[in-house]
Amino acid sequence: MINSRFFNRSELLGFLSLLLLLAVILPLFLDVFRLNLVAKYLTYAFVALGLVMCWGYGGILSLGQGVFFGLGGYCMAMFLKLEASSVANTKIQSTPGIPDFMDWNQITALPLFWKPFHSLTLTIIAILVVPTLLAFIIGAAMFKRRVGGVYFAIITQAIAAIATILIIGQQGYTGGINGMTDLRTLNGWDIRTDHAKVILYFFEVFVLFACIIAAQFIRLTKLGRILVAMREQEDRVRFSGYSVANFKIFAFCAAAMFAAIGGAMFTLQIGFMSPSFVGIVPSIEMVIYTAVGGRMSIFGAVYGTLLVNYAKTMLSESFPELWLFGLGGLFIAVVLFFPNGLSGIWRDHVARHIDRLIAMRSSKSKKAWAIKSAADGAPAE
Amino acid sequence: MFGDYSIGDLGAIFAMQGFAGLILFSVYVLMALGLAIIFGQMGVINMAHGEFMILGAYVTWLTSNFFQSHLPSLFSGYFFVAMVLAFIASGALGMLVEWGLIRHLYKRPLDTLLATWGLSLILQQAYRSVFGAREVGVELPQWMMGSKQVTDTIEVPINGIFVMVLTLGITMVVAYIMYKSRWGRQVRAVVQNRVMAGAVGINTEKVDRYTFGLGCGIAGIAGSAFTMIGSTGPTSGQLYIVDTFLVVVFGGAASLFGTIASAFTISQAQSTMEFFMSGSMAKVLTLLTIVGILMIRPQGLFALKVRK
Amino acid sequence: MLIGHQPKEFLLAVEGLTVSFDGFKAVNDLSFYVEENEIRVIIGPNGAGKTTVLDLICGKTKATSGSVQFRGTELTKLKENQIVQAGVGRKFQTPSVYDDLTVFENLEISYPRGRSVFGSLMFKRDAAVRERVEEVAEMIFLKDRLNMYADVLSHGQKQWLEIGMLLIQDPDLLMLDEPVAGMSVSERVKTAELLNTIIKNRSVLVIEHDMKFVEDIAHKVTVLHQGQILSEGTMEKVQNDPKVIEVYLGH
Repeated sequence: MINSRFFNRSELLGFLSLLLLLAVILPLFLDVFRLNLVAKYLTYAFVALGLVMCWGYGGILSLGQGVFFGLGGYCMAMFLKLEASSVANTKIQSTPGIPDFMDWNQITALPLFWKPFHSLTLTIIAILVVPTLLAFIIGAAMFKRRVGGVYFAIITQAIAAIATILIIGQQGYTGGINGMTDLRTLNGWDIRTDHAKVILYFFEVFVLFACIIAAQFIRLTKLGRILVAMREQEDRVRFSGYSVANFKIFAFCAAAMFAAIGGAMFTLQIGFMSPSFVGIVPSIEMVIYTAVGGRMSIFGAVYGTLLVNYAKTMLSESFPELWLFGLGGLFIAVVLFFPNGLSGIWRDHVARHIDRLIAMRSSKSKKAWAIKSAADGAPAE
Repeated sequence: MFGDYSIGDLGAIFAMQGFAGLILFSVYVLMALGLAIIFGQMGVINMAHGEFMILGAYVTWLTSNFFQSHLPSLFSGYFFVAMVLAFIASGALGMLVEWGLIRHLYKRPLDTLLATWGLSLILQQAYRSVFGAREVGVELPQWMMGSKQVTDTIEVPINGIFVMVLTLGITMVVAYIMYKSRWGRQVRAVVQNRVMAGAVGINTEKVDRYTFGLGCGIAGIAGSAFTMIGSTGPTSGQLYIVDTFLVVVFGGAASLFGTIASAFTISQAQSTMEFFMSGSMAKVLTLLTIVGILMIRPQGLFALKVRK
Repeated sequence: MLIGHQPKEFLLAVEGLTVSFDGFKAVNDLSFYVEENEIRVIIGPNGAGKTTVLDLICGKTKATSGSVQFRGTELTKLKENQIVQAGVGRKFQTPSVYDDLTVFENLEISYPRGRSVFGSLMFKRDAAVRERVEEVAEMIFLKDRLNMYADVLSHGQKQWLEIGMLLIQDPDLLMLDEPVAGMSVSERVKTAELLNTIIKNRSVLVIEHDMKFVEDIAHKVTVLHQGQILSEGTMEKVQNDPKVIEVYLGH
């Protein structure tokens, strides 16, 4: 069970209210269409959660999280696409049994790297391992050579640019700019029905909470404290006998894995994956979700993601031209005025009052207890 | 991929693509120059640098339209006027931004990165609202069109030569300002020791503002050059920011020569490869090579060994 | 290997150490030896290369040439964290502690266990850790501040905390860069007392300007000037060396 040592009071409050919101209130009050929209937002919350680990705690700003989100999403999409491209479904193609976009690009046999995605087990392994491995390679190359800060941010951004251009350019293998569409079933279970969407929503919430608990666990170990220490005094950590690079690699890999899980969820929920979720723009938007929620706050990341995406949907439905002004303003406002985001505002303006209330009540009861024990002749604490 | 061509053909192809890449080279140099000055001076990565460039491009477009409709007799010279106006417009906007935003964010490089990204989104939407979402192109005056026949197989575009000469001129002026003038000495003094520079009577705020303005102004000129290789749209600048930053880092930040050499290498590699494969694959290969090299040699090509 | 020159005798043997920054030789062909349980103080005017020598030994700066042997292990080839694990601890000139962590957590991070990524994931705050942290906290006068965040400590307390972090690391060679700089008089006295307790059973390399302090603790003094050794020996010998007097007073 979750005890008070694992979560402190305000974290427990955050955890329970988030659980209540996602698992009870939203499913009760939203129709399937809106719930599916929330499910889509939540897939970004995985990325935001990863960024809390690597940016908030580790101080490593990655502007390429879309790459990992996309990799996870594409791995899932490849499995679903293969299932949707059975010989029976594709008999009108010149080569039946391969995805339609391959057929359009005169590819006549399934490429080798697609083959493992016939198996769901291998697909799940790929979703978890491939992005993490890429993060490991990038991280090892950069952090071992002490590349960090802005340089790391820009290079990850360049990698996001490369990934998008590559996916769009290699349309025979990736589906190009349209991405992988027309995904239908997961092991024969139709993921497009309303019923499936609701089940997938609850599955996603479950996985998200598993990730939140994992992140909280990491935060509370010595590793979590070393990340914080590293962000402030990298040299001191190094000269306390730690390999700073390895810890950064770990944080970056963890963030990549969270992002990849989110990407896979996205594919399942929305039924397609495309390069528009991989590149520079989506990657940096994912950073702002974290910043709005509070870069140090695990729950803030989820709330921030939900809020920004909700605003985006509202604004771009009614005033599309206002959205970019709003988003741009948000970047500036968060940096200039609310560096700790929503969780900072909560902590400074709301939690303080709650604390004071509780402190008043407990001091009253303590006083009562002290009087009582004094009366009993017992030593007061 | 070279198998289908004879040596002579290859030479001609490389030369032609090389000259075709001159404008790209110029845009890179001018953009990188501005970015490097700002980065070197205040440790600020200006993610909105591409939008300052695009402002210059729009100003150039407006100027060309104005000359076409009001002063058609002077049209051949509009480009010079446009460049000056582009410099002034982008520079002025830069100083405004420094005053309103950047000066609050010194010493927080990652935050400036996010804030200037936000600024770039706002500018993009502003361009879209003012100039429309459609891309616009400018008409070149007669004397800049066409090309000079050097040999049977090699032609040199005149506008490419023109822009490159201009770029080298601007680079020299900037080098003079930064390394020889009194103002440049003040700038470098502020870079090296902000507190001390302030203590000996240098107005560091003013130095910062003008430096940022200068960097953005040069980006505006880059925008003028840019109108010759591409049409101008609200988001055209965004594509260049990553490239330009890679140019700066690849050359080794703080090295003027390095910046020029790396801009040359990157633009030439890109332009040459474009002949042999699709533009997108050429771009992927160029970027991938640079990122690969930077992973092995993060300090860039021409970095000095400095005491940390 | 030279006869009569057994590197094993020395804890630390620095030989021919040179580092050049873009042509400028901050440390130039420097050789000196530190024995077990010796307290060596390095003094010298500003820019003499004192801090650079510490940087070179602990791996913060890479040497251009020369060797640093610690108990027969060549340190110039090791990474910083490996040098620490070999038994060399370093305190920086400006106090570097973790402001966003408590005093307890600051000390705990330096506890020499669970230093790998997965080791730190599995690290348990057991009784041994808690006792050691409390023991060290008592020595550095911070026992009643264990649960405070380090950013509320005074400058002197931060210096002590960093010394404590090194202490918990239990290095065989402790390098201190100006441990009493910027301290009040009473803090200085307490620090000298603290240093006198912690230098037992280990070798210490100290950079310090406070001559009274140097006289109190030094077994041997090395005077650096322009990256080279100007004089070496007991405090008395060094103080009477005309070359040293020239450098300190001659200008």
